[in-house]
Amino acid sequence: MTELDRTGDRSPVPADWTYAPAPESRDIVRLRERYGLFVGGEWLEPSETYETISPASEEPLAIVAQATAEDVDRAVGAAREAFANGWSSLPGSERAKYLFRIARILQERAREFAVLESLNGGKPIKESRDVDLPLAAAHFFYYAGWADKLEYAFPNRRPKPVGVAGQIIPWNFPLLMLAWKIAPALACGNTVVLKPAETTPLTALLFCDVLRQAELPAGVVNIVTGDGRTGAALVEHEGVDKIAFTGSTEVGKAIQRQLAGSGKKLTLELGGKAANIVFDDCALDQAVEGIVNGIYFNQGHVCCAGSRLFVQESICEPVVDKLKRRLETLRVGDPLDKNTDVGAINSAMQLEKIRELVDSGREEGAEIYQPPCRLPEKGYWFAPTVFTNVAQSYRIAQEEIFGPVLSVLTFRTPEEAVEKANNTPYGLSAGVWTEKGSRILWMAQQLRAGVVWANTYNRFDPTSPFGGYKESGFGREGGLHGLEPYLRFDE
Amino acid sequence: MAQAPALPAGFELPLEPRLPRIGSVDAVALEERAASLAKRSIKRESKVFALELAIRTTDLTTLEGADTPGKVAALCSKAMRPDPSDPSIPRCAAICVYPNLVPTARERLEGSGVHVAAVATGFPSGQYPTHIKVADVRSAVELGADEIDMVIDRGAFLSGRYAKVYDEVVRVKEACGDIRLKVILETGELGTYDNVRRATLLAIAGGADFVKTSTGKISPAATLPVALCMLEAIRDVHAETGRRVGFKAAGGIRQAKQAVQHLVLVHETLGAEWLTPELYRLGASSLLNDILMQLRKEKTGVYQGPDYFTLD
Repeated sequence: MTELDRTGDRSPVPADWTYAPAPESRDIVRLRERYGLFVGGEWLEPSETYETISPASEEPLAIVAQATAEDVDRAVGAAREAFANGWSSLPGSERAKYLFRIARILQERAREFAVLESLNGGKPIKESRDVDLPLAAAHFFYYAGWADKLEYAFPNRRPKPVGVAGQIIPWNFPLLMLAWKIAPALACGNTVVLKPAETTPLTALLFCDVLRQAELPAGVVNIVTGDGRTGAALVEHEGVDKIAFTGSTEVGKAIQRQLAGSGKKLTLELGGKAANIVFDDCALDQAVEGIVNGIYFNQGHVCCAGSRLFVQESICEPVVDKLKRRLETLRVGDPLDKNTDVGAINSAMQLEKIRELVDSGREEGAEIYQPPCRLPEKGYWFAPTVFTNVAQSYRIAQEEIFGPVLSVLTFRTPEEAVEKANNTPYGLSAGVWTEKGSRILWMAQQLRAGVVWANTYNRFDPTSPFGGYKESGFGREGGLHGLEPYLRFDE
Repeated sequence: MAQAPALPAGFELPLEPRLPRIGSVDAVALEERAASLAKRSIKRESKVFALELAIRTTDLTTLEGADTPGKVAALCSKAMRPDPSDPSIPRCAAICVYPNLVPTARERLEGSGVHVAAVATGFPSGQYPTHIKVADVRSAVELGADEIDMVIDRGAFLSGRYAKVYDEVVRVKEACGDIRLKVILETGELGTYDNVRRATLLAIAGGADFVKTSTGKISPAATLPVALCMLEAIRDVHAETGRRVGFKAAGGIRQAKQAVQHLVLVHETLGAEWLTPELYRLGASSLLNDILMQLRKEKTGVYQGPDYFTLD
C-alpha cells in the first residue's frame, strides 16, 4: 500500500490498490482424521487407505479408504438389499421427501461444503459458494419434484427403476457431479454405489453425514472411495445394473468395451474441446468476459470449457488485446480467499499434463501469453494462458488440456466457423457470441455439440439436459432427459 | 434494461480520427459482471485506503431549491475537514452547488484546495434553448466555478438528434475554456445500456473531461452496471486514442459499502491510474458520514452512533 501525501494539492496516484487477504474461515469444517467406507448406512473400516491433500498447499487433510473389490462387493450387496427391501417400491412422493430433505440440508450447510470443496479440490471459494453448492442443491430439489411424476414424464410407458446404479464421478465438480448422479437415480427408485474421484473424496464423505441427517434408509446410497481400481471393480460387478461415468474419454472407452454384451445400461459424459465462436457484431466487452468465464472458470477443469476460441478475423486484434488486459486482473491464489478468481490445479498429475501440452504448443509455433502473476510456492499452480497464432493442426487445438489454457484461432465467415468448430472428435458444447438472433439459431442447428450457449458460457441449470456427441459420450444428465437412463420401460 | 433499436443511418462520431466503434452492450452479461465485482471482499488496510480515497474523490453536493448561503457554508467546512476530531481524514475533492451559491462557496473554500463545481445548462432537465445553456455556463464561470457539471439534452438524444447533443457539448466546452467539464448523461432516462454507451462516446467526442451518470434527481441513478458500461467506453477511448476521460458516479450512493464497490469497479476496469480526483469522482451528500463512521470503526474497532458525526 502506498502511503499517500495528503497535503499536496494534486493527489498522488497510488501505485496499486492491493486487496488485503479475505479468507473464508476454515473452522466451519470439522474433518475427521480417517474416513472409512459408507456402506449400508455404516462406516466400514477399510483394509487399504491413502492420504488426501489440499492441492493449494499440499497439506494432508485426511486418511481415506482405498476400496478393494471385496469392499465394492459389500457396497453393491448393501445397495441391492436396500433396493429389494423397500426403496424401489416406496411411493414416489415418499422418495421425494428424502430428496427435498437432502436439498434443504445442503442449503443449510452450504458454507461448510463450499469451504471443504475448495480445500480439497483447489477451486476458488467464490465458485464453490456461488456455483457448485447452489446448483447441487437445485439438482436435488429439481429431481425431488419428478419422483412422483414419472408416469407423466413418460406417459403409457410404465417406467420402473433399473436397480443398482454404479456411479463414477470426476474431480472437477466433486459435489455437483455427485448431485447430478444421485438425485435422478434416487428419484427414479434406484439405489446407488458412488465412487468419488481419487483426489477429491471429502465432500462426498461429508455428504454421508447429510444422508444420515435426512434419515435416508440404509444402503440406498453407498460411497466407496479409491482410485481407478475401485472404479474398475464397480464397473465389473455383476450386481450393478447401470453404470454412469463422467471422466476422461480414454477411461470411458474402456468402460464401454468392458460392458459390451453385459446388458448393463451405460451413460458416459466424457471430454470436450469446445469452440467458443465470437462474431464481429457481438457485444465486445461482454464477449471477452464470456471467453474468460469459458476457459478460466474452475482453472479450466471443465469438460465443456471453451478451450478453442474462434474469433472473426476482423475483430481479432481488439478481442485479443482486451483479453490480455483482462487476464492481468485475474487474481490467482489461495482458493479460500473470497477475492480469488483462479485457484489451484487439482493434482500434480494434472499439472504435469497441462505443462506437457503447453510446451508442445510453444514448440509447434504458437505465441504464448501469460499475465504477470506471482504463484504460491507450495501446491500446484498454473498461470492463465492464451495461445495466439494457433493452427487447427496443433495439439493444443486438438487435445483436451483441462487447464487454464486458451487457443485462439480465427475465421472469416459463419460457414468457416461451423466447419472448424465441428472439426474435432469431441462434441460436448459450444458458445456463440453475436447480436443477431437469426445467426444464433442457425449456428445452434449447425454445431454438433450437446450444449450451445448463446452470449453466455458455462451456465448450468438442473432443468436443462447436458451431454455430448461423438467422443464426448452419450446419454443426458439434467432435465426430463436425465431421468431416462435410470428407468426401464416394460412395453 | 431492454435492447435499443439500431442506430439511424449516418450516425458517425466526429472529431477524433479513431474513436472506438460504438458497438453494443449485452445487458445480462454486463449486469452479471457488475454483480460479480460487487462481491469483492475489501478488508482492513485495503478498506481504509478505499474509504479515504472515496472521501478524496467526493464532490460533496447540495442541489436544492432551498439551498442558502448558510447551508452551503456549512457544507464547505465539512468538505475541508470532514471529521473535526480526526485531522488525518483527507478533504473532499469539490463542492457541487447551483450557480447562485458559487460565490459563497468560493469565499469559504479559498486556498483550501477544494474545488467549486457548479451545475449548469438548465440543470436538471436541460430543456432550454442552447444559447441560454451557454449563458448559464458563462455566468457560472464568471461567478467563480472551477468545474462545470452540464446535462445533455435527453429529449434530443432520445429522438435521435445526436448532432444537437454533440453540438451543445462542444459549445459548452468552449464556454468553459480551461475549466473541467463534466457531462451528465442522466442514465436513468436513457433506458438502455446501448444508449448509455452511445451517449458516453458522444459526450467524449464533444470534449467532455468527465462523463457523469446522473443528476441525482432521477432514480435509478449511478447503478453499478451503468457505471461499468461507461467505464468500458472510457477504456475503449483510452485504448484507441490515449485520451484519459474521467468518470463521476452520482446519485443513489449513500453507503460506504456502495462507494467501495464503485471504486473496485474503476480499479478493475481502468486500473489504479484512475483512482485519483483528477479522473474519478463520487457525487454524494449523505455518503460522507457513513464513510466517516466506517473509518472510525476501522481505527477504533467499534462503531459510534450517528450523533458523533456532524450533520451539515
